[in-house]
Amino acid sequence: MITYDKSIPLSQIAVGCTCRIVGLELDGILRRRIQDLGIIPGTAVECIRRGPSGDPTAYTIRGTTVALRKEDASLIHVHLI
Amino acid sequence: MQILNHSQMLQEYFGIVKKPDQLIIALAGNLNVGKSTLFNSLTGLRQHTGNWPGKTVDNAQGSFSYRDKNFLMIDLPGTYSILAHTAEEEVARDFICFGHPDVTVIVLDATSLERNLNLALQVMEITSRLVICVNLIDEAKKKKISIDFITLEKELGVPVVATAARQGIGLNSLKESIYQVAIGSRELNPTQIKYSMEVENAVLKLLPQIEKFRFDKLFNPRWVALRLLDGDEKFIRNITLHLNSQSRWAVTREAEIAL
Repeated sequence: MITYDKSIPLSQIAVGCTCRIVGLELDGILRRRIQDLGIIPGTAVECIRRGPSGDPTAYTIRGTTVALRKEDASLIHVHLI
Repeated sequence: MQILNHSQMLQEYFGIVKKPDQLIIALAGNLNVGKSTLFNSLTGLRQHTGNWPGKTVDNAQGSFSYRDKNFLMIDLPGTYSILAHTAEEEVARDFICFGHPDVTVIVLDATSLERNLNLALQVMEITSRLVICVNLIDEAKKKKISIDFITLEKELGVPVVATAARQGIGLNSLKESIYQVAIGSRELNPTQIKYSMEVENAVLKLLPQIEKFRFDKLFNPRWVALRLLDGDEKFIRNITLHLNSQSRWAVTREAEIAL
């Protein structure tokens, strides 16, 4: 398994915080899909709001708001900026 | 074995009936970029809607004329990528890859160009006969986004047109670009993405094998090599399927040209 130095999962980012993607642990179709939405290493992501039960969470990525499930966001590694 | 020409192929695989003098334009782009607004303003009421064969996905076709040419424009469902996952995306993907349109128009959202260019760059690997249409420039202006179209066109190597379809801005220059690409009067040289050394070396290894099949009239060999490296089995099956029917078509087209 790849380890990302001092990174945290995107799912743990608090609302209002901005972070930068360092790596994706997703596989297959979901990985492709996430990349197609512009979620690739180096991209800045802002956490906008969380759903009523804590899931899913809305993020702003390259000017577009995207909602991700916690289980998927936990596989995206980020650094806080 | 029945030999298919281009129009028969379009009818059989995509349910598209074209008149002999019509050139096929595919209209592709991400979701919510104003693709259908653009489609409506170009084709007006000369539209025909139905379904894609075997799919519950709408298929809209419309015709328009510009100068001495007639065009049949196909409004494809919105897609983020050529490597599709939903039925809608698959329809769009299959048509861009296997429908062999005379011109493909990629509509981009001027307010989020960065994300939208993903699709444009993917299509540029497949075909060189394309026009990039940067739509919603009115929205971009409101958001104080300015776009350097001259540099964009130079970097992409294909015509780039700015439009605001809702206001009818830029539609004439879009038609002019489509026309020029369709009749081949414009030099096109779409920029190809360079991948990492490992990938490029693997492509170089695969190319001679692929070129043996001599289907470079149908598919860009580099693009086929990249898809093989992707390992997307479903997509590779799709290529093979279309290859079988279309190598026949290629042969007839070669014959038509020779005559």
